[in-house]
Amino acid sequence: MSKLYRMNVLVSSDITDLLQGAKEVKEELELEINKLGLSDEIAVVETGNLGFANKGVVIYVLPDNVYYGFMTPERARIVVNEHFYKGRVVKDFVISDTLKDNNKIEYAINKTTLPKQKRVVLRGCGMLNPDDIEEYIAFDGYEALVKAITEYTPEDIIKIIKDSGLRGRGGAGFPTGMKWEFTANVKKSPKYVVCNADEGEPGTFKDRLIMEGNPHLIIEGMAIAAFAIGAEKGYVYIRGEYAQSIEKLQRAIDQAKMIGFLGNDILGKGFNFDIEIVTGAGAYVCGEETALLNSMEGKRGNPRVKPPYPNTAGFNNQPTLVNNVETLANVPWIINNGADEYRKIGTESTPGTKVFTLLGSVNNTGLIEVPMGITLKEIIEIYGGGMKKGRTFKAAQTGGTSGGIIPRALWEVPMEYDSLAKVGTALGSGALLIMDDTVEIPDMLLSMMKFFRHESCGKCTPCRVGTDVLVRLLEKVVNKEASKEDVDLLLSTSEVMNKTCLCALGQSPYIPINTSIKYFHHEFV
Amino acid sequence: MAILTEEKKEQIDKIIEKYDINDGALLMLLKEVQELFDNSLPVDVLDYIGHKLERPLSQLYGVSTFYSMFSNKPRGKYIIRICESPPCHLMGSDSIIDCVKRELGIDVGETTKDGKFTLETSSCLGICAVAPAMMINDQMYGNLTPDKIKQILSSMH
Amino acid sequence: MEKVTITIDGQKVEVPAGTRVLDAAAIAGIKIPTLCAYSALDYYPGACRVCIVQVEGMRGLQASCALPVRDGMVISTRSKEVIEARKTVIELLLSSGVHDCNTCPRNNNCELQTLAEMYNIRTNPYGNALVNKREKGKDDAGPALVRDYDRCILCGRCVQTCAVVQTVNAIDFADRGYKAHISAAGFPNIVDSYCINCGQCILACPVGALYEKEDVDNVIDAINDPEKIVVVQTAPATRISLGEELDMPYGSIVTGKMVAALRRLGFKYVFDTDFSADLTIIEEGHELIHRIQNGGTLPMITSCSPGWIRFCETFYPDLLDHLSTCKSPQQMMGAVIKAYWAKKVGIDPSKIVSVSIMPCTAKKYECQRPEMRSSGYQDVDYVLTTRELGRWIRQAGIDFSKLPEEHYDDPLGESSGAGVIFGATGGVMEAALRTVYEVILNKPLPKIEFESVRGEQGVREAVIDLDGKEVKVAIAHGLGNARKLLDKIRAGECDYTFIEIMTCPGGCLGGGGQPIPTNTEIRAKRTEAIYRADEGLPIRKSHENPSIKKIYEDYFEKPLSEKSHHLLHTHYTPRPVIVPNDN
Repeated sequence: MSKLYRMNVLVSSDITDLLQGAKEVKEELELEINKLGLSDEIAVVETGNLGFANKGVVIYVLPDNVYYGFMTPERARIVVNEHFYKGRVVKDFVISDTLKDNNKIEYAINKTTLPKQKRVVLRGCGMLNPDDIEEYIAFDGYEALVKAITEYTPEDIIKIIKDSGLRGRGGAGFPTGMKWEFTANVKKSPKYVVCNADEGEPGTFKDRLIMEGNPHLIIEGMAIAAFAIGAEKGYVYIRGEYAQSIEKLQRAIDQAKMIGFLGNDILGKGFNFDIEIVTGAGAYVCGEETALLNSMEGKRGNPRVKPPYPNTAGFNNQPTLVNNVETLANVPWIINNGADEYRKIGTESTPGTKVFTLLGSVNNTGLIEVPMGITLKEIIEIYGGGMKKGRTFKAAQTGGTSGGIIPRALWEVPMEYDSLAKVGTALGSGALLIMDDTVEIPDMLLSMMKFFRHESCGKCTPCRVGTDVLVRLLEKVVNKEASKEDVDLLLSTSEVMNKTCLCALGQSPYIPINTSIKYFHHEFV
Repeated sequence: MAILTEEKKEQIDKIIEKYDINDGALLMLLKEVQELFDNSLPVDVLDYIGHKLERPLSQLYGVSTFYSMFSNKPRGKYIIRICESPPCHLMGSDSIIDCVKRELGIDVGETTKDGKFTLETSSCLGICAVAPAMMINDQMYGNLTPDKIKQILSSMH
Repeated sequence: MEKVTITIDGQKVEVPAGTRVLDAAAIAGIKIPTLCAYSALDYYPGACRVCIVQVEGMRGLQASCALPVRDGMVISTRSKEVIEARKTVIELLLSSGVHDCNTCPRNNNCELQTLAEMYNIRTNPYGNALVNKREKGKDDAGPALVRDYDRCILCGRCVQTCAVVQTVNAIDFADRGYKAHISAAGFPNIVDSYCINCGQCILACPVGALYEKEDVDNVIDAINDPEKIVVVQTAPATRISLGEELDMPYGSIVTGKMVAALRRLGFKYVFDTDFSADLTIIEEGHELIHRIQNGGTLPMITSCSPGWIRFCETFYPDLLDHLSTCKSPQQMMGAVIKAYWAKKVGIDPSKIVSVSIMPCTAKKYECQRPEMRSSGYQDVDYVLTTRELGRWIRQAGIDFSKLPEEHYDDPLGESSGAGVIFGATGGVMEAALRTVYEVILNKPLPKIEFESVRGEQGVREAVIDLDGKEVKVAIAHGLGNARKLLDKIRAGECDYTFIEIMTCPGGCLGGGGQPIPTNTEIRAKRTEAIYRADEGLPIRKSHENPSIKKIYEDYFEKPLSEKSHHLLHTHYTPRPVIVPNDN
């Protein structure tokens, strides 16, 4: 891949693109380019997500800086002939990128003006071929790792991560630097770094797109973490359904090993680190870090009581650092650019960017990465392209199925941890489920409770029995048979579960139930 | 019908050699063994594995019944998993499930008589941007409509 | 030891650092309720969520069994919030099964029942209509254990016991969430699984989800049948624990009253398993001597514990030759009653219904093993646990403590102290040594007691001085401990001559049929009573028991004779568990 081409055509090929025919488009492009004898001059590359939503299969032509959308094999033939051969941009196919030009918006929260999409975590996705490590390296890939192990000590690294204010992106939001420090301080070996890629929160697929769009980012992040805490072995626990992520990440690991960024004596600095992929087999609860560790140990995926925390007794009773995919994906950028730069993005309490998945009744669904602090209204109108025709915004569930319901009255809340906590919800995994006026809240709530009931591990009483109780009560509500006592019982039971359950799964139903009943009470009785 | 033939035992032994269960690999081991037995982990197979791995049968049975992707009863060649989590529910997963039920003439949890398809429902598959979505074995399918369903099912051999 | 100060319910108390809040509360004199916590096995899964407390500064409520104290912690175990949450947890638990106390064998002795009473549950908002009763029914297909899925609260204490104490792992959790249940590895009937019938799980169960197969009604029917002659034998361990079922203090030796009660319940003849324990010693002692002197398989291992026998047949079939061929005292007695005694007193053995009172559930399995028919009939017909007998005596309205002391019937009622100590770990070993010493050396023991084989440690070793010659012996109780010795034998690293293995911790006095609760403290009291009973008997050695001498003169002639082989010895078969392929 070190050949120089006069033109590069990037074909957005993440899983959703593939499901819309990206492969056929790529093949047609190559076929036509070949036919015209241009294959020595034009390269066609499959990349990760290009950052467009609801524009069908998108291709990006460089250096002309043109985006074509809704591509089909037929359109591909036209583009090759008209644009690549004759030099005439096919204006009808071009999609305007209000997200990619230099449009800036002013943020209400801190009156700063920043580019609308700032790709930190998704940096590289869509700009490089995920299956080729050399492209990653060309994109400043592995520079952070080199910097980390040649210029810094483990203590330096931990300080940088602490100063950056990075918080866990799996949903809990625990300060990452502190977690690293706790694990580094335990004097016991061997230690492990585990990447939690058991992304199961409904509406969330950001980790999948990172793994499939830029897998080396995770490898680099894990290696830096391992160096910082003193681990020599890493595992990526990927949920069993993500066959594509497993394949892409394994290829990346193999390439990294070949080049020497994984293995023994990396860069001759005496640092050993190796990564293995282990898979789950269909259990949302294994996204909880101690349940994940039990699953890795070949047991049922029940969460453990804490203490002990994984940093003292994790995988096989050894000190273990468990971090979410997105969290680790932030690390290389922070090492390369410094903690201060990272803090400039986002808000004071929550620096950095956040990847959101926008779903439901908006025109543009998909993945966006924006600075923390943007409001829900801004997300829907600017990034979502507004509500679908003829529909009005009714409510959104933020943060996945465990998140609270935000009614229209509150849609100018800044999307960051503390502000959302004030209105009774949380960022969680960044999923945003947008519901319009045709949706019945109890029906959606029932779907959520069925999810919890199905995924409960069954260990603790209030979750095992309570999730079933909640489903049955909601069935009564949906069938318009519920009394006031039933609705009160629904709320009080979920509240007790929130206080007493062993892990976040059982603690969560209270949040969507509480906010639904609060803002949409009339739909319940 | 003896399903634990000597040949099958050899195949299981090969899989066991591949994986170190102390290194997080039990679920991957079981997934591969499952492919040898009509997409299932019969209890006598688990007993055989248990003796080889020195893990009690009750524990392996507990693991095989905990995770959604395992089954102890034989299933079809193609496992259809239709997502019914809230984002797909919002986008109409109920009608997709009904459509597949009608097309195949089976209910959720059942297998077609010719042993080709098993219908299951699933939790979120992580391709919510193209909801409603489903998975058939390792393949993902999104933006489902009744027509697309018919097309996909008829294309599977 | 570093100490911290915490405040609990307004009370300041100093406790060692790292103590669980649950235990810290106990130090402060506050009992926080629990269901799944099982201190005997250091098992604190934090699953039932009954022990929740409020801790200042921590979100939500915390499980006190899983939370270690920190200096300055302020805890409330009974704030309004805690009590209401705990009540809801109990209500959820009650609504998720069939908790009809009136039809439950643990009525009046159930931890959930006690809790519900304490939290005055009057109406359950979760009622009946709302929650799915699992309706998985009962598994009562086997002779020894019954499992009631609808009463199970999924505390996991049974799983832990089977895994850690017995290392049998017959059961574990299966399925997920509200469908979760305890499964015998997918077998619908546990009798087909790896289960060895020991019943330790019953002792661990806080509720009525596990109990013994009840045989009292069968026995009462036999007693009421004018055609039948019902006889009974009583285990060593029962006489020092039956009193617990009848409001007597722990450690009461109630032998005489027990005999009196049995007669009043309608048994025609009351015999003593301690007699056949003495018989076992004669046979087993000579078997050991024979093996030592003729290069037989050593170490020899005791064979009176049917849970252990089943364990050996399933997990260590390669070591079956090490087992003594002697039957257990129960089965020896059964064969002797129907083959020898019936003839002697002129009773038609087909009319005899032979019952035993045992601290054991595995005995219910043992008595129906196909080879236990040396008399030509099923040698022992029914086994009742100590618990079953206790309940039956209560049902009969007998005022137990006021009963007179009665004696067993001859010729099968006289026993030695060596016979009674069979009920404790180390007892069979000591009883055998008392006889083997005097038989081999042909001179009296310097001291009757062999303290070196006593004790509660899981695996014990002792070197016995046989007048200069040293013999190494070992004792294990609890099969997890037994494995340590067995694996040594397999590895060829074993230099013991004789090994005693008992399935249950503490020996039979801690058996699966014993009064509930059975725990370390209670077993210690029972142990003390057994050795006290031994000391109180006029004869302390099996071979000095006149009734034993008589039965050899009269019938068996000598130890290991052909007649003894026919009635008193048995054989074993490897018993792998067959998992059917039912597709």
